[in-house]
Amino acid sequence: MDTDVRLAARLAADLDRAFPALVNDHRDRLYTIALRILGDPRDAEEVAQDALVRAYRAIAGYPPTRTIELRLRPWLAAIAVNLARNRRRRHDDRRPPVQLEALLSDGFDRADEAAPDGPASALRRERVADLAELLLELPPAIRVAVVLRHVDGLSVAETAEALGRPEGTVKAQVSRGLDRLRILISAEATANPASHPQVSAGRGFAAAEVLA
Amino acid sequence: MMSLETRLASLRTTAPASVADGALVAVGLADRYAPVESPLGDAFVAWNGRGVSWVGLAGDPAEFEETFRAHTGRSISRAEALPADLSRAITRRLAGDRRATIKLDLRGATSFEAAVWRKTLEIPRGEVRPYGWIAAEIGNPRAVRAVGTALAHNPVPLVVPCHRVVRSDGTIGRYSMGGAGNKRRILAAEGLDPEALETEASAGVRFIGSDTTHIVCLPTCRHARAITSPHRVRFGSLAAAREAGYRACKRCRPVSLAA
Repeated sequence: MDTDVRLAARLAADLDRAFPALVNDHRDRLYTIALRILGDPRDAEEVAQDALVRAYRAIAGYPPTRTIELRLRPWLAAIAVNLARNRRRRHDDRRPPVQLEALLSDGFDRADEAAPDGPASALRRERVADLAELLLELPPAIRVAVVLRHVDGLSVAETAEALGRPEGTVKAQVSRGLDRLRILISAEATANPASHPQVSAGRGFAAAEVLA
Repeated sequence: MMSLETRLASLRTTAPASVADGALVAVGLADRYAPVESPLGDAFVAWNGRGVSWVGLAGDPAEFEETFRAHTGRSISRAEALPADLSRAITRRLAGDRRATIKLDLRGATSFEAAVWRKTLEIPRGEVRPYGWIAAEIGNPRAVRAVGTALAHNPVPLVVPCHRVVRSDGTIGRYSMGGAGNKRRILAAEGLDPEALETEASAGVRFIGSDTTHIVCLPTCRHARAITSPHRVRFGSLAAAREAGYRACKRCRPVSLAA
């Protein structure tokens, strides 16, 4: 049985006992969603925490029959997206997209502890930060669709459910987002080749590992 | 070339520990604690998103954590300090300001215990009430002993001032947080003279009236303490006061007590 289906059943039976498992299973993805939408680790931390709290309170008010039907992945993503959206509206007029320096000083340098191999790890970080930054240049509606579909890994149907948009719209938005990112990446590489080495499949590594 | 989709998937990262901790504390499934100043020296105050959940003397942190876990079944971790608003509210309460509201997490309490603790919150600083008074006020006048038990189980002493509840015979009685000596120390810090109270009670005095207003009070009621000595009239029972034409104070609401 799917983990989330089992978790929904446990939440319906005993919220307080099952909730720590929900936190454990979903905190990283809610944080990632918020971080990739907003760009700021501190904002992302607050959004992820707040999303979990709101989920708890919502379930506390639901009859078990409703909780058991919850599709947790898109449902929780929707909560985080809405919170991130509200926060972005508040911040929009007073801050530009986050700078690389800020990312490095705000916790991304934990990579140094995990892989203390000097310049190489610095490069990896930079590459991750680059793509994360380019993502922030996408228009919000498109960015959110790309983040849910390809960073979080929801299906098109789940992304559509989380965003309350038709599947066709989501598909179009994701595809436009990917096209736009490819253009941004090549523009970036042309402008500043040194800071943006190509990644070959053979040397590929999971950036998530570096960041973990 | 790594595909763009793969590179996007590699943007997944791990949440800082504060996300899980913060969420569990906010919904009341885990707690934090920090020391606050009290008349008994530092006390540890535990809290979560539902309110203050535990108070104990600040001795050995490991012992405090162990006691907390044994009673609540929840995890607890040390914090630097209380949230500023909670810290302010507790300071104001300890200073006698009953308008300062403090949320309490009383999950696990019986409705009787919760009623006893809520009533205790109404006792003003610098005054005491007998166990029997609490029992009468919560509509259960015969449950004097059960009131004593409920107060002994008060998870949040100082915040719920169970030290202001004394035995119906006027003696100070027991205290869950460090014994009777501590109860006397707090009451003294709040402006009472525990020795004088007990001396008067041992002479059989349970109520004080004023011969100008003909109102009878519990001995520590602010109105009783305002009566100048030429006008103080001492009673051993409410019945005796009534016979002498006195009516009960509406502020301290004295009740007949079986000692």
